[in-house]
Amino acid sequence: MKENSKNLLIVGIILVLSIVAGLFAYGQLSFLPNWFKAPYRLGLDLSGGTRLIYEADLNQVAVNDRESAMNGLRDVIERRVNLFGVSEPRVEVVKVGDSYRLSVELAGIKDINQAIEMIGETPYLEFREQRSEEETNKILEEQKNNNPEYLFVDPYFVPSEPQLTGQYLKSAKLDFDPNTYEPVVSLEFNEEGAKIFSQLTQENIGKVLAIYLDGQPISLPVVQEQINEGKAQITGKFTADEAKKLVESLNAGALPVPITLISQQSIGALQGEFFLKLSIKAGIIGLIVVIIFMIFIYGKLGLFASLALIIYTILNLTIFKLIPVTLSLSGIAGFILSIGMAVDANILIFERYREEIKLGLNKKRAIEEGFRRAWPSIRDSNVSSIITCLVLYNFTSSMVKGFSLTLLIGVLTSMFTAITITRSFLKAFIK
Amino acid sequence: MIDFIKNRKYAYIFFAILLFISWGSLILFGLKPGMDFIGGSVLELKLNSNQIDQNFIEETYKEYGYQNVSIALNGDDNLTIRSVDVNEENHQQIIQKIKEKYNNVEEMRFESFGPVIGKELRDKSIKAIILVLIGIIIYLSWAFRQVSKPMASWRYGVTAILALIHDVSIPTGLYALFGHLNGLEIDSNFVVAILVILGFSVHDTIVVFDRIREKLKTHPTLDFKGVINESINETIRRSVFTSLTLLFVLLALLIFGPPSLFYFTLTLIVGTFFGTYSSIFIASPLLYDWYLFLQKNKNKQGKNLKGKK
Repeated sequence: MKENSKNLLIVGIILVLSIVAGLFAYGQLSFLPNWFKAPYRLGLDLSGGTRLIYEADLNQVAVNDRESAMNGLRDVIERRVNLFGVSEPRVEVVKVGDSYRLSVELAGIKDINQAIEMIGETPYLEFREQRSEEETNKILEEQKNNNPEYLFVDPYFVPSEPQLTGQYLKSAKLDFDPNTYEPVVSLEFNEEGAKIFSQLTQENIGKVLAIYLDGQPISLPVVQEQINEGKAQITGKFTADEAKKLVESLNAGALPVPITLISQQSIGALQGEFFLKLSIKAGIIGLIVVIIFMIFIYGKLGLFASLALIIYTILNLTIFKLIPVTLSLSGIAGFILSIGMAVDANILIFERYREEIKLGLNKKRAIEEGFRRAWPSIRDSNVSSIITCLVLYNFTSSMVKGFSLTLLIGVLTSMFTAITITRSFLKAFIK
Repeated sequence: MIDFIKNRKYAYIFFAILLFISWGSLILFGLKPGMDFIGGSVLELKLNSNQIDQNFIEETYKEYGYQNVSIALNGDDNLTIRSVDVNEENHQQIIQKIKEKYNNVEEMRFESFGPVIGKELRDKSIKAIILVLIGIIIYLSWAFRQVSKPMASWRYGVTAILALIHDVSIPTGLYALFGHLNGLEIDSNFVVAILVILGFSVHDTIVVFDRIREKLKTHPTLDFKGVINESINETIRRSVFTSLTLLFVLLALLIFGPPSLFYFTLTLIVGTFFGTYSSIFIASPLLYDWYLFLQKNKNKQGKNLKGKK
């Protein structure tokens, strides 16, 4: 009697947790707290959007600097893409063999042509001089009055005269101050650049000589002295990471890496939404058919397995939302497939159970034996699926990755729901 | 109890016909590599009830130097245009030309892969197939490490692999046939489907062989034929049921799911069906025939030895 109430308690806890997880997975009821309503992360093929892949030409860059050059390029492009107001743009460096690629994902953007143009532009690095206080005040005043002539004028800085741009900068690198061990950024100009830099530093002692990349300030150092040799250091309170980022940005302007578009995928948002709806419908119908089948074949046992299957579905959706897993169309296909596989363990257990009953065991013993003796087959069947998933995840394109990831998560969670949860139900309700 | 061994002739005939068609299609027609694997472009337009002149589209593409253009009308509102890879500039101009003529046509999808990406994906797919095969062979040799009676364990493994070849041949042959009939191309989804089938059906076969192994230990008096028959009969329910649940969700996906997953799902359905079929009707009978063959040879050798004495 006592053990039975313990079993019922476990079942109660499972059900309560499942309901909470279910609300989280569904997330569209008004009384729920906001973090319940977080959306799923959808892949480009479902949300609509564009994926662009660029090949970077790194012939001009030394082998050791390539990684950092690509990071600089990525930051530059990320900044440009952000200007489009795209939600969660993803810009990634992909290394394939010896060549580097840049993959840019833009969700829900209309004018792809313009985006492509902007991404393809060479990064523009320039040094800007501080405006006088009167000038700054005047521009700010005019901007307050919405004078259209001044609307896009930078009130604080003006391009240096003579111009000092990325083409004069030889390279930038991260160093550490030998006395304080603090990170510093070293700049080196070419011959012509050194002359211009010398003139600019002479004219601007005590003032800021700003460094702009693509029209955005990336560093605002104050000139301490005239610098003649064309070698300068930017010091100050930055962490090693900040300094590294600045170096990468500077190099992106100094050593532009030409990129060429080698692949493009654009999917309209309407089609994605339509496909998503179809997949959800197919998933629900598949789930219902499996449940009917299980109950038809195994009766009461099937009912419990079905309950475990519903919990399985909820658990998976919760995991997708929490990690978050990017759900592409193939990812959803993998998930739907895993619904059909999740009851496999139950079938193996119940078939063993039937055999044990035939041998004359009572129900309770037969269930225990069923679980015990079916375990090696369940483990083996999952091993072969896991091998396939891991290989697929590591050796295919990003679309296929989605499929193998959801299938893998499904295989792993199904071991838990089909075995542990079903067992708790049976322990509590089968006498 | 069904006697699978006695009736294996029919299974073999059925199996031979299927293999003949599959391999025949493969050899005759070959597989058509898709855009994924060789590069290319696809443009999908929503027509919004415009009557589009396909010649006009072809001419527009030709103007920019794209000769082999294939145009397909899906339903009455969706036009798919395929060609070699198209760069962004030309893509924009082509779209503009089409829109000038039919102003409310919408661009639903545009994809263009250079041949470099295609080659890479092809290499990756081949790697993936090889790795999965290696994984499965390791798994098989591990699963059968202990069987030795009445045949060495590697023979179980080889039989399982023969069954696997059968399972994969049929969907592949189907692709070759459909490729010939309506231009179906193999893409990375196809490779995924084949690998998933490999994973599923190897396990289905192992389940039966596992049972055979167990029976050999627990029922030493039973002959090999009886062991095989009993093992199949005892495992047939679970093999069929586990495949059925998978087929249910796959059918739901095939009928109600998005059209872009149609062939992927179909491949999986065909593979799952024949994977289960082969593990019941082909793999174990094959094992039995191998056993008979070995017995026969043994007897011959015995006679020879006697003769020399």
